[in-house]
Amino acid sequence: MNKILKKQVLNPTVTLMEVEAPLIARKAEPGQFIILRVDEAGERIPLTVADFDREKGTVTIIFQVVGATTEKLNHLEEGGFIHDFVGPLGRPTHTEGLKKVAVVGGGVGCAIAYPVAKKLHEQGTEVHAITGFRSKDLVILEDEFASHSSRFVRMSDDGSWGEKGLVTDALRKLIESGETYDEVITIGPLIMMKFVCAVTKEFGIKTVASMNPIMIDGTGMCGGCRLTVGGQTKFACVDGPEFDGHEIDFDEAMARGRTYQPFERKAYEETCNLFKEGN
Amino acid sequence: MPNMMPTKHPMPSQEPDVRNRNFSEVALGYDAETAIDEAKRCLNCKQKFCVSGCPVRIDIPAFIHEVAEGRFEEAYQIINLSSSLPAVCGRVCPQESQCEGVCVRGKKGEPVAIGRLERFVADWHRAHSAEKPAAPAPNGHKVAVIGSGPSGLTCAGDLAKKGYKVTVFEALHLAGGVLVYGIPEFRLPKSIVQSEIDNLTALGVDVETNVVIGRTITIDELMEQYGFEAVFIGSGAGLPKFMNIPGENLKGVYSANEFLTRINLMKAYQPDSSTPIQHAKKVAVVGGGNVAMDAARCAKRLGADVTIVYRRTEEELPARREEVEHAMEEGIVFRFLESPIAIHGDDQGWVRSITCQKMELGEPDASGRRRPVPIEGAEEETPMDCVIMALGTSPNPLIKTTTKGLETQRWGGIIVEEATGQTSREGVYAGGDAVTGAATVILAMGAGKTAAAAIDDYLSKK
Repeated sequence: MNKILKKQVLNPTVTLMEVEAPLIARKAEPGQFIILRVDEAGERIPLTVADFDREKGTVTIIFQVVGATTEKLNHLEEGGFIHDFVGPLGRPTHTEGLKKVAVVGGGVGCAIAYPVAKKLHEQGTEVHAITGFRSKDLVILEDEFASHSSRFVRMSDDGSWGEKGLVTDALRKLIESGETYDEVITIGPLIMMKFVCAVTKEFGIKTVASMNPIMIDGTGMCGGCRLTVGGQTKFACVDGPEFDGHEIDFDEAMARGRTYQPFERKAYEETCNLFKEGN
Repeated sequence: MPNMMPTKHPMPSQEPDVRNRNFSEVALGYDAETAIDEAKRCLNCKQKFCVSGCPVRIDIPAFIHEVAEGRFEEAYQIINLSSSLPAVCGRVCPQESQCEGVCVRGKKGEPVAIGRLERFVADWHRAHSAEKPAAPAPNGHKVAVIGSGPSGLTCAGDLAKKGYKVTVFEALHLAGGVLVYGIPEFRLPKSIVQSEIDNLTALGVDVETNVVIGRTITIDELMEQYGFEAVFIGSGAGLPKFMNIPGENLKGVYSANEFLTRINLMKAYQPDSSTPIQHAKKVAVVGGGNVAMDAARCAKRLGADVTIVYRRTEEELPARREEVEHAMEEGIVFRFLESPIAIHGDDQGWVRSITCQKMELGEPDASGRRRPVPIEGAEEETPMDCVIMALGTSPNPLIKTTTKGLETQRWGGIIVEEATGQTSREGVYAGGDAVTGAATVILAMGAGKTAAAAIDDYLSKK
């Protein structure tokens, strides 16, 4: 049981929680994830570590309410407990030796992109942050990105925040204007990462994408999180979650991500109804 | 006079057409009268072949003698001297290749039903003895056990009985390892596993779930910062193997580990579980071991037509004979001498069919079994909407990559001294699937036992 020390609503569907987890906080690095269960009958879901405080012994998670489990999680309050919380899992983001990096985040993926940008910025790497949201009311972590990058590009689908357009447009513009990067790190929806990788491939820039597939144990036992990278089967939980974006089979990953969609939709509706009845 | 009936008393079981639709235990167990009569079949041989056939050396004739006399608690105490998980072993041990395989009664007729008697005794004890084992006086030494499967539980139990302060670290949210995530409820009820774990906690063992050794804490930290003087690694099997054939990442292709974990650990078969599972119509399970049988029988219980595809013949099936028989009775189809070469998907990325290559048996290979050889041009495509790969596992790299100086085989198994389970690191021992690759519950228990004795020896000399 892990105590929720702080809960903050970042936008109508995205919530931040600071969770007491001293053992995990001691070890966590950007790029790693935790697995949680909300209650005794709950499913196990992976969530990437959004921040950590080694002194306070806390781990921060940021999640979007997309299904039954995140809906239930969102109903927990400060002082409440998460039933199971295990980690840190996966390999940390490789940051050593990078001089200049573009961090490209989309939607709630920015929650994962942020600790990476922060670590790079703090170690002296020049960070260009490009973040995209559907509209202004969905924006998260604006100040955090602004203070941990030397260049911060804001994009929105409808033009209500920053420039109107996609993160790929912004990235292409920067590269074409002469910016050079050792590496591009991209975290967001699969379709966005797929197109970010298509752009960087054109320019031959090494790109790392952070994958978040369906997972059960998170320690290399079930194989549910497998994906094809460079023609080989890899397990996101132990080999990743970050992989060479130019080698990932995104179409396969997108199809696999939809395996339980009808089940998930039904479970989500049932959970929402449950909470409505409770009110 | 011994009972000279040539066959074992049959095991009372749920009818095949009933049980293949529920997850309750298949075998119902002997009653006292049947157990006594079966026990009387034992000849109490001077040379105890059965004991040498048992990986943990239970004094089998002695416990069976007590059963024959109706002294069930005494029988339990004899088993308890050698085995810490009798209710589990009575259910899942491959007795036909161990104790019962060398039983003298088996030469003319069937061997004594040692496994069924062991189960009877353990269940009797659980039903009639409310008494929890008492924790012995502490000896002041701390030992960490990594993994709460059969090897870890055995090692922890043996050490705790000697007064060691043992902490078991489990990566999942529930203790039991393969006994809870792998072996299905209908073969090993989870309440039995839980009661074995409760016995360990009564002995003073701490069980810490949700701790991944190698990630949350490393072995070096356990020894340097947490004060553990010895560590036993019983982390079990690791990454599931796949065949590297086209279509293996389609939706509807599972590793047996994933399929079984969803069902057994996450209870996906229960309507109120929040973990989803595909309710397929036609399932192919690839492989011939116990795990393949478990996966096939689970899929059947979820309502599918199930086919096991195995590249050798019935004779070479590595699964326990009883599991194969149960699977056949439950209506699972076996296709022998076939091996999948491709899985085909529909336009939504779901499995639609598999193509199998027909095989014939050639020369024996390194395992002594005849090697299956493809028959040129003999291929067949069969409609399927789910494929489960039960091909074994390769060791998990987490502990190996985070523990300095821990030597492993080229294929990843931890290298140990066979007689002690000691690894290349002082004070660090290992056993079970993490050392041997996928094997059986009882072999893992044997390894846990060996290591517990060696750790006791090491720490008492220290």
